[in-house]
Amino acid sequence: MYPSRAVAIMLLSAVALTAAEAPRLSSSQLAKAVRNDAISIPTPGELFAALGKPGKPNWSGQFRGPIPTTYSNRPQIALNLGGLIADGFIAVEAQDGQQVKNIGTDIIKMAKALGVSENILGRSNSINDFAENNEWDALQEELEATQNEVKSSMQSHQDQDLVILVSLGGWIRGTEVVSAAVLQNFNEQSAKVLRQPALVNFIHSKVEDISPETRNDPLVKKVSDQLGVIEQLVAFPPGKPPTVDDIRKVHEAVGHVMAEIQQKPEAK
Amino acid sequence: MRLLCLTVCCVALGLSSVRAETDREVQAHKLVLDLAGAFSNEGFKMRDGHWTGPVKQKENALIAVNLYAGNQYWFSVGAVEPAKKIDIAVYDETGQRVTTEMYNDGDKAAAGFTPTSSGQYYVSVGLLDGDESTYCLVYSYK
Repeated sequence: MYPSRAVAIMLLSAVALTAAEAPRLSSSQLAKAVRNDAISIPTPGELFAALGKPGKPNWSGQFRGPIPTTYSNRPQIALNLGGLIADGFIAVEAQDGQQVKNIGTDIIKMAKALGVSENILGRSNSINDFAENNEWDALQEELEATQNEVKSSMQSHQDQDLVILVSLGGWIRGTEVVSAAVLQNFNEQSAKVLRQPALVNFIHSKVEDISPETRNDPLVKKVSDQLGVIEQLVAFPPGKPPTVDDIRKVHEAVGHVMAEIQQKPEAK
Repeated sequence: MRLLCLTVCCVALGLSSVRAETDREVQAHKLVLDLAGAFSNEGFKMRDGHWTGPVKQKENALIAVNLYAGNQYWFSVGAVEPAKKIDIAVYDETGQRVTTEMYNDGDKAAAGFTPTSSGQYYVSVGLLDGDESTYCLVYSYK
């Protein structure tokens, strides 16, 4: 018999563990840890939640203009799809229902361009319903579920290479927005959220692991090359908050990559 | 509730991997969702992503997660029979165990803390009593 939720909450705070005496894990044990897209890569929503702790940022000020939804290159569509999902999280933080609906429409267009499951169309209706009713928490969960459904559909259609590109696009757009918000109103607590060298290293290693055909796509190659640089830029020492200059360098680097991702190649 | 149903449906669709999840993995996921639901009532948002795997005594499973300073996190794990008592712990990027709030109830356990440094952490899942089983890990944040 499970405890009721109220009882569970009481129990949850009942025990605190002193960890100081626990044996330290060795580096070889840490190296063998499972790393997986579904649980090791945080959502943009988690990043934005941390940024909002010291004070609510001006989320509406982080909106960007509409981006093309008619790319023909599949890796570019996947990268931009991830970025759009991050935009959806921004619109939820800004509690702008119309913006959420507009972004939701674009997400579905891009998902369809990649040939993902028709099930995704049902997500569009849910996003619209939640946005109409200002159900912001539900919208955030729906956006993550949409992202996971897109990735699941890609996997079942032998498009595994595109899965990490969706995650990558979301991370880059999220980091671009957060670094901009930190620069606009700098404080050390906000700046600390951008320390993620292991995450960038994991994403980079996954990109390096995709099929040669996708890895050698000119855009993917450019983005992958830049990830090595960005990994160094977000490797602030633990316990030492980054400076304004550190954050500016991160912002410029991810901004440059994001511009490459959303630029539509000129028609030949 | 609608979202919980969607999440359970996602289990059936096998979102975390190409292969379909086994019945035991689906059972473990349902078990842990019941526990993690308690945190949702406290304002925590549950990640849609999850991880399932085998666990046996004296061989802890270790899962890497990337967390943000300032957020509060709860990591919840559930294991199906024949597991009798499951354990969960969190380690920082140097392998040092982190002090956490704990909840243990036989086949379910949770650990909660607020990181002061952003970066990689490791969630360790161990089997204290019972035979080799299947576990499912989810986490919640606010």
